Amino acid sequence: MITLENIEKVYETKSQRVIGVDKVSLTIQKGEIYGIVGYSGAGKSTLLRCINILERPTSGKVIVDGVDLLQLSGKKLREARQSIGMIFQGFYLVSSKTVFDNVAFALKAAGVDRAERKDRVLELLSLVGLADKANQYPAQLSGGQKQRVSIARALANNPKVLLCDEATSALDPSTTKSILSLLKKINEELGITIVIITHEMEVVKEICDRCAVMQDGKIVEQGASYEIFANPMESLTKEFIKTVLDFQLPAKLVQNCTGTLVKLQFRGNLAEEAVVSDMLQQHSVKGNILHGKVEYIREKPLGIFIMEIIGEQPEVNKAINYLENRVQQVEVIQGVS
Amino acid sequence: MFLDSIVDLLPELNQAFLETMLMVGIGLLVALILGLPMGILLYVTDRGLFLENRLVKSVVGMIVNLIRSIPFIILLVFLLPFTKWLVDTTTGPLAASVSLSVAAIPFYARIVESSAREIDKGVIEAAVAAGASPWLIIKDIIFPEAKPGLISGLTITAISLIGYSAMAGTVGGGGIGDLAIRYGYYRYDDTVMFTTVIVLIVLVQLIQYLGDFIAKAVNKR
Repeated sequence: MITLENIEKVYETKSQRVIGVDKVSLTIQKGEIYGIVGYSGAGKSTLLRCINILERPTSGKVIVDGVDLLQLSGKKLREARQSIGMIFQGFYLVSSKTVFDNVAFALKAAGVDRAERKDRVLELLSLVGLADKANQYPAQLSGGQKQRVSIARALANNPKVLLCDEATSALDPSTTKSILSLLKKINEELGITIVIITHEMEVVKEICDRCAVMQDGKIVEQGASYEIFANPMESLTKEFIKTVLDFQLPAKLVQNCTGTLVKLQFRGNLAEEAVVSDMLQQHSVKGNILHGKVEYIREKPLGIFIMEIIGEQPEVNKAINYLENRVQQVEVIQGVS
Repeated sequence: MFLDSIVDLLPELNQAFLETMLMVGIGLLVALILGLPMGILLYVTDRGLFLENRLVKSVVGMIVNLIRSIPFIILLVFLLPFTKWLVDTTTGPLAASVSLSVAAIPFYARIVESSAREIDKGVIEAAVAAGASPWLIIKDIIFPEAKPGLISGLTITAISLIGYSAMAGTVGGGGIGDLAIRYGYYRYDDTVMFTTVIVLIVLVQLIQYLGDFIAKAVNKR
């Protein structure tokens, strides 16, 4: 659906040359939700804005739905933008227009006539759950409601793609959840491809099929969200994963451990099987769980546990061996292996 | 005696008041017709906006600065040949309104530009992302969003024009300023002087009050 080829964005001022996006290539499939993660200044926002040419790349190719956008200008580009919706962290609603008129504006931009506009706006407002707010002004709405209006505006012209620029970063956790589930619903029911820029791993965990991690204008790692969570390669990715899956044990606890500390990672259905209890029954060791969590990455479970195995060394080794055969990832943190 | 002289003065005061209103009215109208688009042009051709154009921006900006840097009383004299050509006279309120209008255009244009700048750039960007045409963005986003600023700007312009119109009085432009100069300055008639000052104060207060009221009424923020 979206193909970015060697996108480069360079800002030149008199004294210096700043590279915003450094030769990024990326393919986003039709119907998927794709997350781009990074700290501020990583270039993720610039990259996103290159997709609808709000920012014109210095070089590279932007192909959305088979159309090479950089070849377009004027009216043709405006028409192409109508099939790419966009929402922002700051909502950017027109404060002097009612909710109804804010949504109607997008339709007006596409030349939809008045009567048709009315029906469509009401339809959109009920899709985002704001049918009763049509005549209110943005100043009278909460942050979550404002974002819903901007989603309705972005969806007005039946776009194929929805770009989200930190769309939940200004919202509280529970509002974030409700906006994310609205985005998921839009993705599933309308088949719209969604690209999300965020610095919150929670967002990726909740709704992204695939994601990319950006640093200094480059993509350092990308893949299916589940794989990224289960097996992060780059240190930056690990740092981000830690915000959701952190298993730091208190130093004092680690010092006082007499047994062997292992970290187990269960994927998918395995998280539901009784691997640990089998291990304990078949070996003469004692187990003690110190930390653990099952996270659901796009509803697929990923379990991580840290346990202390206590017993005679040969038996402990056998137990670890047993675990290694049944669990995808076993890591001995402390003790003899 | 005091009252008598005011009653005597009434017809002339009335005439002067109407002349001032005519001058200020014409100036405001021209400011709206030409200054408003000029201000919008200054805004939309600025860096990072949807009609970014360095050449237009700097040429228009220079013309605006040029006119604004000439003190009004000098502009008034400087424009006399142009006034003569345009309205075939150099005295009276109509002649004075030519220079008033020329001064009002760049004055209001700068106010329009700065009130447009108050709009969150993201709002404009969201409209660009929605695929709206430049004209639609100007008409449907910039105008309504800048409306409170545009109205208070018009108030400021009106009040400045009243001040300028008094200067126009010194070269025979008519209006309240003219009255004050003729009686108060040349004839040392304090009564007329005070009366005109009071009329001016009341007028300015009224305009300010009205402007604030309307600006507040259209503000939905």
